[in-house]
Amino acid sequence: MSTANATVPTAGSRRRTGSVIWHVSAIAVLAVVLYPVLWVIGASFKPGEDIIGSLDLFPADPILSNFSGLADGMANIPTSTFFLNSLMYAGLAVAGVVVSSSLTAYAFAKIQFRGRNVLFSLMIGTLLLPYHVLLIPQYVMFQKLQLTDTYVPLLAGKFLATEAFFVFLMVQFMRGLPRELDEAARLDGCGHLRIYWSVVLPLTRPAIITTAIFTFINAWNDFMGPLIYLNNPDRATVSLALMMFRDQQGISDYGGMIAMAMAALVPVLAFFLAFQRYLIDGMATSGLKG
Amino acid sequence: MTLVKDTPVLAPSERSSGPAAAKRRGRRESLAGYLFMSPWLAGFLLLTAGPMVASFYYAFTSYNLFTSPQWVGLDNFTAMFEDPRWRKSVEVTLKYVVIGTPLKLLLALGVALLLAQSRRGQGLYRAAFYMPSLIGASVSVGFVWRALFSDNAIVDSGLKAFGWNLGGWIGDPDLVLYSLVALTVWQFGAPMVIFLAGLKQVPRELYEAAEVDGAGPLRRFWSITLPMISPVLFFNVLLETIHSFQIFGSAYVVSDTSCGPADGTLVYTCYLYQKAFKETQMGFASAMAWMLLLAVALVTAVLFWSQKKWVHYEEGAK
Repeated sequence: MSTANATVPTAGSRRRTGSVIWHVSAIAVLAVVLYPVLWVIGASFKPGEDIIGSLDLFPADPILSNFSGLADGMANIPTSTFFLNSLMYAGLAVAGVVVSSSLTAYAFAKIQFRGRNVLFSLMIGTLLLPYHVLLIPQYVMFQKLQLTDTYVPLLAGKFLATEAFFVFLMVQFMRGLPRELDEAARLDGCGHLRIYWSVVLPLTRPAIITTAIFTFINAWNDFMGPLIYLNNPDRATVSLALMMFRDQQGISDYGGMIAMAMAALVPVLAFFLAFQRYLIDGMATSGLKG
Repeated sequence: MTLVKDTPVLAPSERSSGPAAAKRRGRRESLAGYLFMSPWLAGFLLLTAGPMVASFYYAFTSYNLFTSPQWVGLDNFTAMFEDPRWRKSVEVTLKYVVIGTPLKLLLALGVALLLAQSRRGQGLYRAAFYMPSLIGASVSVGFVWRALFSDNAIVDSGLKAFGWNLGGWIGDPDLVLYSLVALTVWQFGAPMVIFLAGLKQVPRELYEAAEVDGAGPLRRFWSITLPMISPVLFFNVLLETIHSFQIFGSAYVVSDTSCGPADGTLVYTCYLYQKAFKETQMGFASAMAWMLLLAVALVTAVLFWSQKKWVHYEEGAK
């Protein structure tokens, strides 16, 4: 962009004003984007009754009692239970989605068989299908199987590659791999399972990492699934527990709720800080190719 | 830059001679293909296709989960059109989609144009702006939103400073929906990242040539940038619109499970949830779900039809 101004006599000063405007705008957007996150961090160190009224982002006298209250748990259930439930759900979701999506993607990308293109179109079609059409019959089915109040309904779809977006992401990635590699492996007498495991899967690592992190975050944030399927407070995820107990202890424990809400964001933000490049590049390529 | 498209990959050339051997190999390949995709196939049949058929059937029945479904013909649909709360939910959802989606995409495009200029800190800004898209749907952020948009909180006080005494938005049936609009606009980062990737692919020479011809910045945006990124614009419009129609969690949490006050945040899926899981009217709720599917299909069809007129694909990329 700056190259364009080089021919103009006042290029230097114009570039400097442009730069100032750029940074001022970027910082203004940044302030709005970060405010809610900074607010919840600050609020978790405020006494419950000060949280809603005060406009200060951070308290003058930070307190820790919100967090110590949090450690006591809710309705005799230690808070760690909810975090462990969420962790288990998100961990199993990652395992299920990565295994099932990569196997399916390998079939679409690397094996030539009758009906493949039709099935691929069907798979893409499910990307646009509103989940709510499936919600009720799936609920009826899992209820008849007496699987409500377990994690099976939440995880079944993950192990059966119903998250078409990730299958698609991996198909795109595997198609981009040089075909000579698996052809060479075939000449050496490798079967598909061997090629999948030793050739394609290691090379698909970036797409797998992107898939794994998104799946973890989505499962961690998932609210509708636990809301519909889980009733027993012992089995609640963090999101569900936040809603279940939000009004049980009255306004006096509002600080504790906010502290827990803040703690619930920490794993997601940590993943984001550690892997933001994978996440953003994964999003970007999905938009370009998909 | 192409959109959803299946570019068939040619199989490794058949290496053995004779049609019988080729046929045998083809069959073995097919078997391998279906085995590899068996998880997806099972999921598609058990969790997608089967439930779709069941849902279609339920839509014409009266079903409360405990007794078997009773065929009622079109009753659910006629009851739906006469139901003032259903109509309210359609109105609320349309308002949310029609206001929220364009605002979000405009902001995403605007900030993407800003960040497309390479300056110091660009990568950091990009990452920070993307962050809300990862946490925006969480219950935690729903709580934060309730607090920020309540009486005398930051939004209310900020507007008062400009002489707009609106009070808290959360308690106001007319304003509460706009707090949800603000929440979706706050998550502009995901479409922004896609816009940015599109902007990076626009060839520099086009701008240089236009500059030589004396085209100003607005003209360059209109005649070069916009047509060149129209495929990603199309992708963003499609995905964001479809997602907005299905908003649930934020409305449920921000309204403190009531989808109110006074049905102010009664988005379509919130009403569907109430019908299905509070009133156990599974038939009515299934009929509602099919209306949603119809609406989404209609929007998708219109967008795909219209893309001939405004989406430019690079030659050869299509």
